[in-house]
Amino acid sequence: MAEVNTGGGGGKKGKKRSKKVSTKIDMTPMVDLAFLLITFFMLTTTFNKPKIMEVKMPVKKEDNTKTNYKESETMTLVLGEENKVFYFMGLNNPKVESADFSDQGIRKVLLQKNKSIAEFKVIIKAMDTSKYKNMVDILDEIHITGVKYYAIGKISPKDIELTKTVQGS
Amino acid sequence: MPKVKIPRKSISLDMTAMCDMAFLLLTFFMLTTKFKPEEPIAVDMPSSISETILPDANILTISIGKEGRVFYGMDGQEAKREVLKNISSKYGITFTPSEEKKFILMSSFGSTVSDLKKVLSSKEAEKKQSGIPIDSTNNQLRDWILYSARADKQLKVAVKGDKETDYKVVSRVIAILQELNINKIKLITTMEAKPQ
Repeated sequence: MAEVNTGGGGGKKGKKRSKKVSTKIDMTPMVDLAFLLITFFMLTTTFNKPKIMEVKMPVKKEDNTKTNYKESETMTLVLGEENKVFYFMGLNNPKVESADFSDQGIRKVLLQKNKSIAEFKVIIKAMDTSKYKNMVDILDEIHITGVKYYAIGKISPKDIELTKTVQGS
Repeated sequence: MPKVKIPRKSISLDMTAMCDMAFLLLTFFMLTTKFKPEEPIAVDMPSSISETILPDANILTISIGKEGRVFYGMDGQEAKREVLKNISSKYGITFTPSEEKKFILMSSFGSTVSDLKKVLSSKEAEKKQSGIPIDSTNNQLRDWILYSARADKQLKVAVKGDKETDYKVVSRVIAILQELNINKIKLITTMEAKPQ
């Protein structure tokens, strides 16, 4: 073995040297610890990636052309304060109703309309008093119910007037 | 004939190599991962069923706090340096190299350009930042986004809003993005179970 000769020169008639204790360390616990740390780092680093929801806003057109679509196939959703949703079909004196964000609320309505109307479209309009959470929730409902065509629109005073016709708001 | 005794050898593996490898991996992980940067603003995000994961690079994050304060955060150090250069030339405020360096290392900030120097010089200004102005007369957020999009051609915009933010602020931010022809917006949400 490769040993460093620590003899003090000559050493033929010197004292009896005590037997050298080998300096071998058991590395097993060290490896254990190292791997424990590694696994810890591996598991804790990759799990906190944030999730996102893609929203595509309509592209601003230069010539202000408007796409036309049938009123009868279009539902307008108005997000109000206190987590309320108002909805109506079309624009000509529509019957405005209100719902909430529970499973039995707006989701039922969207599912039913989406089944009965082939080219069902939704326009989402949020009041200034509504919360950002409502917008995310309603986009979520649209994803859940599988509505194909939806857009986020600007609210008009007329929409706010319409929501005031609902009882208890 | 007596049996030949085979002397038992104790099995001892040399663990040194194993240990080397383990610590190599360990140091690698320790050096390459970065801790979650401290956000100057606490944002409690709404939940959605979306499972898309936010990409790693070229992300501009616009955080919107509960009271409607807007914060700007961006990755990409070179791009950030360029953005700061453009901003300082537009607003006529010069930044020292050390301030520039601090700006590049900062995860996000939310103050007017004139207050930015104060934010960069102090250690505890994080909590007192007033947000970036977004109103049409003093639309500083627009400039930040504009220069960011110029500095980073593959920029993707993420909006991180608080549950309780008034939609008014969010719609204003979205309107600013639309003005700049950024129509794909990523809303950062937390996970929620999909209903059956």
